[in-house]
Amino acid sequence: MGSYIPNSKAEQQKMLDFLGLASFDDLYNEIPDKVKLKGGLNIPAGKSELEVRRQMEALAGKNKVFRTIFRGAGAYRHYIPAIVKAVASKERFVTAYTPYQPEISQGVLQSIFEFQTMICELTGMDTANASVYDGATACAEAITMCVDRKRDEVFVSATLHPDYLRTVKTYCYAAGRKLVVVPEKDGVTDLAFLKENLNEKSAVFLMQQPNFYGIIEDAEACFKVAREAGAKSVMCINPIFAAIGKTPRECGADIAVGEGQPLGISLSFGGPYLGFMACVQELTRRLPGRIVGQTKDIEGKRAFVLTLQAREQHIRREKASSNICSNQALCALTAACYMSTMGPTGLKEVANQCLAKAHYAAKHISSLPGYELVFDAEFFHEFVTRCPVDVNKLMAKLEEEGILGGYPLEGPYEGCILWCFTEMNTKEEIDRLVAILKEGIQE
Amino acid sequence: MKLIFERSTPGLSCEILPPCDVEAYELKAEQQRGQELRLPEVTEGEISRHYTELESQTFGVNSGYYPLGSCTMKYNPKINEEIAGLPGFADIHPLQPAHTVQGCLEALRLAEKLLCEITGMDYMTFQPAAGAHGEFTGLVLIKKYHESRGDKKRTKIIVPDTAHGTNPASATMAGFTTVSISSGQDGLVDLEALKAAVGEDTAGLMLTNPNTLGLFEKNIVEIAEIVHQAGGLLYYDGANLNPVMGIVRPGDTGFDIVHLNLHKTFSTPHGGGGPGSGPVGCKAFLAKFLPVPRVEEKDGEFYFSGDYENTIGSMKAFYGNFLVVLKALAYILTLGREGIPEAAKSAVLNANYMMKKLEDLYQVAYPGRCMHEFVLTAEPLKKKTGVSALDIAKGLLDNGMHPPTVYFPLIVHEALMVEPTDTESKQSIDEAVKVYRELYEKACTDPEALHQAPVKTAVRRLDEVTAARNPILRYNFD
Ligand SMILES: Cc1ncc(COP(=O)(O)O)c(C=O)c1O
Repeated sequence: MGSYIPNSKAEQQKMLDFLGLASFDDLYNEIPDKVKLKGGLNIPAGKSELEVRRQMEALAGKNKVFRTIFRGAGAYRHYIPAIVKAVASKERFVTAYTPYQPEISQGVLQSIFEFQTMICELTGMDTANASVYDGATACAEAITMCVDRKRDEVFVSATLHPDYLRTVKTYCYAAGRKLVVVPEKDGVTDLAFLKENLNEKSAVFLMQQPNFYGIIEDAEACFKVAREAGAKSVMCINPIFAAIGKTPRECGADIAVGEGQPLGISLSFGGPYLGFMACVQELTRRLPGRIVGQTKDIEGKRAFVLTLQAREQHIRREKASSNICSNQALCALTAACYMSTMGPTGLKEVANQCLAKAHYAAKHISSLPGYELVFDAEFFHEFVTRCPVDVNKLMAKLEEEGILGGYPLEGPYEGCILWCFTEMNTKEEIDRLVAILKEGIQE
Repeated sequence: MKLIFERSTPGLSCEILPPCDVEAYELKAEQQRGQELRLPEVTEGEISRHYTELESQTFGVNSGYYPLGSCTMKYNPKINEEIAGLPGFADIHPLQPAHTVQGCLEALRLAEKLLCEITGMDYMTFQPAAGAHGEFTGLVLIKKYHESRGDKKRTKIIVPDTAHGTNPASATMAGFTTVSISSGQDGLVDLEALKAAVGEDTAGLMLTNPNTLGLFEKNIVEIAEIVHQAGGLLYYDGANLNPVMGIVRPGDTGFDIVHLNLHKTFSTPHGGGGPGSGPVGCKAFLAKFLPVPRVEEKDGEFYFSGDYENTIGSMKAFYGNFLVVLKALAYILTLGREGIPEAAKSAVLNANYMMKKLEDLYQVAYPGRCMHEFVLTAEPLKKKTGVSALDIAKGLLDNGMHPPTVYFPLIVHEALMVEPTDTESKQSIDEAVKVYRELYEKACTDPEALHQAPVKTAVRRLDEVTAARNPILRYNFD
């Protein structure tokens, strides 16, 4: 059995003696017998480190690690530089708690301040928070920022990632908020619907850029409509796209949120990931969660500290702007380190390679009979094609070659495939994919 | 310390990517970013040095004694980190077909089974990313439950005044009104106050047990009866499970829903603020409301299912902070059936030992047997010497120790909430006791020295008022 208790039995006995207790059980004599567990836990006996490793490695061995991945749909495989992994595994960063004691936590605090700055740069916004759980909860929290007594209706585009939409629905249901899903038309938000339905009760309109289908939407037009109706605008943006695409700020958004996983965080079967949130100055005090600010110590030295805490649950309790306490700080540090490593040129290069490879792939895939592009719209690194053969069979065939194919869509686009290409995919891999697809048609 | 932006030199970079091997593509001008992107321009060596410096000004679990009350800062085993880093977990796409992720699904299933046994629950979801997220999830389950019975008048959640701030904040997010009830003289839920508070509008009670004073709510069975009889449900805030795991199961004491903080009780590290993991367990009658997708098993094959008519939906994308769950799973496998209660006992022993070593000097807010933590009040000390809980905390910094949680729970004035945890040795506790006692003496003889503390840290006390009044929340490039 493994144990991390650093006291010997003899020492523990000394401590019990000091307390005047005969046995460990006496520690619990305040607890009524009737609620105590009888007969111990029905779980396996403890194991040594080597046994645990073997058991967990056996589980890992039951998963398939794909050499080549052409699937995104909310989780993107990008290259993670070695320095990023090294920094993110530094012991003190890994094991510290939330930096409540600034005098001994300047490292963590400064890393968050740097992260906030980079998120502002990426999105064009004025302020950012220290992170929330993921892209989906960032969307939900952004909506809460916009709702007030007069305006409490929420508009969200149907082109949002389905998991995000489901999360937003749950949050709206919980708070008793009316949610209107703006329908999708030809792969993009139905602007006419938005125009017709926004009203004096509408608090916010939220959309994703690029949207779930990979399409770069005319966000500016949507946000203009929202603004004219007096509603706030939220853009959920892919941070890699933000390096080259029009920023949320430039599109007229009040709040930018997103999933920070593409910024140096591994796929990890869906988590931990990183929700980021940034906004225009006026909304700063409505941001949820931790925010780090710069100040001075009593000797005048620059220092950083958790600030604007009057928004938070530990002060405001039921009146807090959110319940969030623990966030995804280590993921934020990872993302900041990634952005520093790539730099402005490197991050743009990642984005441009994604863009170029996706367009190269689209050109070749869509020229195969039956694999036409479903939408006639500009995209970033994901796009949807039809599929002339049984999708499952195609995926199985690709799997044999160590390839995770595009994501088979459900719902209105059942039978179609959402493909994703990043800087990780070489031309050779893409050509091979096209060749396999071609063979599949001929069979 | 320099900011990374201040280490930046135009033109420098790390060479990470090869040149693009396909023809370039350009977006239309109106789709392109116009704003400049001001990220640092640095070499790898500079980044390495930068973060090494930042790390040197960060206090981790291994930097010293870290008895941060309510946070269970126990040792974070290294094997767990390695396991979470295995490519067979870390490089798995969340949307891979089920037959290619059988190991991930089995791990989730196994973690569910073990944690259900530990908590006395029937089902568990790993979607919630932290404790507060778990609370919110649990409260939405409560909401849905009452609604499903056509019971629409249950709009109130009862929360003791010792509760963590996330409890009432979560209640608000779930559309409930919070009713706060005062604790009794003994620091426990006052049964009369509870009886007076429950009624037809009671949706449920949120309770932390042991509570945030470190006291076990020994009337838990009666509490559960009162709430259940009124038609409400019982929610267990599992932040304090550590001292009773393997000893008492919340499910056996009447709780219907629990959340756990894997980043506390189950040894996963806290990352300077996160990621954590806040799985939510429930009794069978609530299972149909759990968030989707859920892991199911048929003929030895695992798969995800989203096909539940009554589900509350989703709490986040995908399935939760999966790698954190793996770390907790490895921890549970390591400790096993004997090790889990032994860790609990070690936590309780350590806390009682330290409390007894201090109680003649510092006033214990609620004397008696504590569980994993105890709360001191520095109020008498402050009256006598002017030295506050905050001053003591800052004095500890100069002694290379992380202070306890201060000014929480709110019902204790000048609170110092001390949680030594199970992985602290007698020796280190004895050393800490010595320092706590010296600081007390210092408060009596030289209070000014403590008002000035810390003096040895990288920075000294901060001007937090200005930080909030004139917020500087990002680096200014101009
Ligand atoms: C008693 C209690 N409840 C809930 C929470 C919230 O947990 P988390 O920070 O994981 O959201 C905490 C964390 O500090 C806590 O101490």
